[in-house]
Amino acid sequence: MSALNPELRRQVIAIYKELLNLGRDYPQGFAYFRPRLHKAFMGNAHLRDEEAIRSAIRRADFVKKEIEALYYLKRYRTLRKRYDGV
Amino acid sequence: MSALRILVPVKRVIDYAVKPRVNKAQTGVETAGVKHSMNPFDELSVEESVRIREKKSAPGGVEDICVISAGPAKAADVLRTAMAMGADRAIHVDVKEGEDLEPLSVAKLLKATVEKEKSNLVILGKQSIDDDAAQTGQMLAGLLGWPQATQASKVTFGEGDSVEVIKEVDGGAETVRAKLPMVITTDLRLNEPRYASLPNIMKAKKKPLVKMSLSDLGVANERRLKIVKVTEPAPRQGGGKVEDVDGLISKLKELGAL
Repeated sequence: MSALNPELRRQVIAIYKELLNLGRDYPQGFAYFRPRLHKAFMGNAHLRDEEAIRSAIRRADFVKKEIEALYYLKRYRTLRKRYDGV
Repeated sequence: MSALRILVPVKRVIDYAVKPRVNKAQTGVETAGVKHSMNPFDELSVEESVRIREKKSAPGGVEDICVISAGPAKAADVLRTAMAMGADRAIHVDVKEGEDLEPLSVAKLLKATVEKEKSNLVILGKQSIDDDAAQTGQMLAGLLGWPQATQASKVTFGEGDSVEVIKEVDGGAETVRAKLPMVITTDLRLNEPRYASLPNIMKAKKKPLVKMSLSDLGVANERRLKIVKVTEPAPRQGGGKVEDVDGLISKLKELGAL
């Protein structure tokens, strides 16, 4: 097995931690979020090709943005319902 | 062209997603063991002040973004969140649990802070989602004698310290222009507040947070209002199903609609 690129390893761990942090506010609860996040990362643990790892990191980044957008929209819609009466 | 010194007051409230429960004594809502977070309207004002800096929309630049909160020790959490979003420093005015301030006291406290910190722009949330008073910004503008733009949905800066604000009014928008210093209160559509990222949360721990007491600012917590009773809204009356058209008509007649 070839040595892993330490920079990519750092990036993977960083995005994992960021997603974990985001997951604490997940609507269905952290207990729902955490095993699924872990599974998603473990599913890609076998990746050795650097380009494949990079694309997986990009996907994780995309998911992070989606979750942030989900939180924003959920809050915006709740508040709009409460205060604008639409 | 003066550089902006922005003051952003924030409040720690029960999270918007939590359903509040009235306590047994009917004097307020249960706060113990309930998730708290920053008032969503205050998140908008923090975001707006950070955006003014990032987009360099103010000709004089932004010199300082200071967040302030008055509340129990845990109010420091929302100040850290605000600093993680991009504020430079924070002031925590210590108020004991259960000794909440009324809008007028908050406005007096903010006035003292504005004078002390030489702020020339105050961006507040239009209201907090717990008390829903929507008074603090207006009272502060009154006490300071500054122009105010409430329910802002867009803020632009012009020549010579002028600020143009589009306000949300019933069924439309209203554009006002004023000169600094001024008070702005934010509405829901002003911007999309960012999520404080993990590295920024770590960095925010090193930003300065000053602790103060009410007496340091020469304000006393006097209550003018007494909460007589807090009750839950009446539960919704469920609807009924009818079998056919005749059933519907007889039901409507029964209810006096026909």
